[in-house]
Amino acid sequence: MFFFCMIIVQKKMKDVEISVPIVYGNAAFWLGKKASEYQSHKWTVYVRGATNEDLSVVVKRAVFQLHSSFNNPTRIVESAPFELTESGWGEFEIAITLFFHNYVCEKPLNLYHHLKLYPEDESGPMSTKKPVVVESYDEVVFTEPSESFLARVQNHPAVTFPRLPAGFTLPPPVPQDESKRKRGDTKDHPLSQWFLNFSEADELLQLAAARQQVQTHIAKLRRQISLTDGQNQPFKSL
Amino acid sequence: MDAKDILGLPKTPLSITQEKKSRPQKDSQRKPDGISREVYALTGGVAPLMPSIDVSQLKRRPPSDEKITWQWLPFTSSARKDNLQLYHWVRVVNGVPPTGDYSFAKYNKSVDVIRYTDEEYEKHLTDPKWTKEETDQLFDLCERFDLRFIIIADRFPTPRTVEELKDRYYSVSRTILVARAPSPGEVAGHPLVKEPYNVTQEIERKRALSMVLSQTKHQERKDAEVLAEAKRIAESRMAARAAEEPDLPIASDIGPESAERAVGPGDTISPSNVQVPAPAAAPSTSVIADNSSTLASLRMLRVYLRTYALEQMVQAASSSAGLRTIKRVEQTLQDLEVNLKPKVPTKAVCAEHLELRKEILTLLNLQKQLQYKEAEGSSFRDGSYGDMPGSAKRSQRAADQDRTFVLDTISFGGDRGVKREQKRKGPGRASETSSSPAGAHKRPRKMKASDL
Repeated sequence: MFFFCMIIVQKKMKDVEISVPIVYGNAAFWLGKKASEYQSHKWTVYVRGATNEDLSVVVKRAVFQLHSSFNNPTRIVESAPFELTESGWGEFEIAITLFFHNYVCEKPLNLYHHLKLYPEDESGPMSTKKPVVVESYDEVVFTEPSESFLARVQNHPAVTFPRLPAGFTLPPPVPQDESKRKRGDTKDHPLSQWFLNFSEADELLQLAAARQQVQTHIAKLRRQISLTDGQNQPFKSL
Repeated sequence: MDAKDILGLPKTPLSITQEKKSRPQKDSQRKPDGISREVYALTGGVAPLMPSIDVSQLKRRPPSDEKITWQWLPFTSSARKDNLQLYHWVRVVNGVPPTGDYSFAKYNKSVDVIRYTDEEYEKHLTDPKWTKEETDQLFDLCERFDLRFIIIADRFPTPRTVEELKDRYYSVSRTILVARAPSPGEVAGHPLVKEPYNVTQEIERKRALSMVLSQTKHQERKDAEVLAEAKRIAESRMAARAAEEPDLPIASDIGPESAERAVGPGDTISPSNVQVPAPAAAPSTSVIADNSSTLASLRMLRVYLRTYALEQMVQAASSSAGLRTIKRVEQTLQDLEVNLKPKVPTKAVCAEHLELRKEILTLLNLQKQLQYKEAEGSSFRDGSYGDMPGSAKRSQRAADQDRTFVLDTISFGGDRGVKREQKRKGPGRASETSSSPAGAHKRPRKMKASDL
């Protein structure tokens, strides 16, 4: 498979990828006494950086497509934090489309989140203080990043920067005027106390343990197979 | 209790026997003409709703206004060139025998073999490898046997291969045609001129055919595998080349070469071409091919979600597995307490997850292999295949092995199993359902109903 080797040899920018870890989901508060039949919950759907960093370095705008029963169901959010707050009674699928800056990627990316208002445990009391929070972790992967992209995001905390091939140098980053722009990170977001923590360590541990078990089992089976082969051999030579 | 009482039938035996006696007479009366009694009885002794044969038509004679006789008469056939007098039965109508040629004479087709004159031979057709006598004999045989070269080769006085004979015949005919034609353009359309006989190609083709015909089953399978490999590589290279710049010229040469060589003798295909990275068996190289084509198509997307990428890679890795196997992989993952879809899909986690799935596939394959070999062994020992007790044992063991990890985890530590139960309800559940998009949410609702 010569072509496979060729790809590895001619790395250039082809195997370089930039990934942006994100968390998207919703937090929903029951309105309690103030709840009406059609407005029983106040909910916020959002896309945030996994470590609560500002995503606007890559995301230009986010479009939330709501259920058709909402007025103007297509909601466009032009700046971070990319979130939308509404009130309603129903759970439905929200399509979130992320549009990126030109230097990042010309194609948008779709995320799908099922809005959750009611807690899993139906029998428990509904609280107006504690929201129902459902979040999903994912990573947006950009393949073949342009040099300008790389230059813009190097050293940005929201972005997982790749290891560049040897001898590759980037132009110095364009200085951003931090003071003028509104804070786009979600570190002090009002909902931040409810945000879930996603740590890969636990999952890695679990996977490593599982692989260990499987590998041990495989070795055992291999031994058994060669044993059985030995037992069957005298019959086969007949 | 008499049955007749229950049924309410009259008990008088006399009248019954009377009925019996009268019935056979009635039956024979009722039998219709035109059909035999047995055939009629097949329909149950009852006439069909629609008469399938019009009985009155059955024994009708043709209109007898003609007088037909059959006579033993001589005949001639245009197909015969000798004067042999043959006879046959002829249907004579009103004393007039039929006219016309023998009805089978039209089937006497033959080939137009071009015969050359001696001068033509001297002028155009001499050949170092053929004497005139041989060529004459060849043409005689060709005419006699209608170009059936196998027979001609058999009958040919000196040993010549079929290809040699064909070559000589076709080239002579071609030369004569061209020589006799007023202008070359006129015969250009003639099949003999348009498509000349290519000896070397014919010899090669027949050799290749006989190779293919005489291949053993083993070779056949190997060839099929390699062809499938080549196809996969070509396809993945297509995908890769679309994403890559056109500076991989070397790679493209391999494709057609290996495909061509696959047609020839099986062993020289050089499986090394296909299996350069590792001396693994064919299945794993196909997995690598699938993987790299998935990678290539992902790269083409420019932007994608890590979870999507993992899905694609998982699909590619299980492309050779059936639905049942995939279900077993998922069952094993659950038994190992691993999320079917990772909660924190980072690059590392996804890589580990994929590797784990592949290892589980290997595990299941090995289990199957072991089962098979043990079945072989037991059949050897028992002396018969498909032993009932043996197969029952086997299926039970299969069922056990399906859930190996459940037993293992339970035996490893009782408290782990207990913890698993406790984890079911409460916050654990909420987080399990949270991270999967739309579709999965139906499930927790259902479980709730059953919980109640």
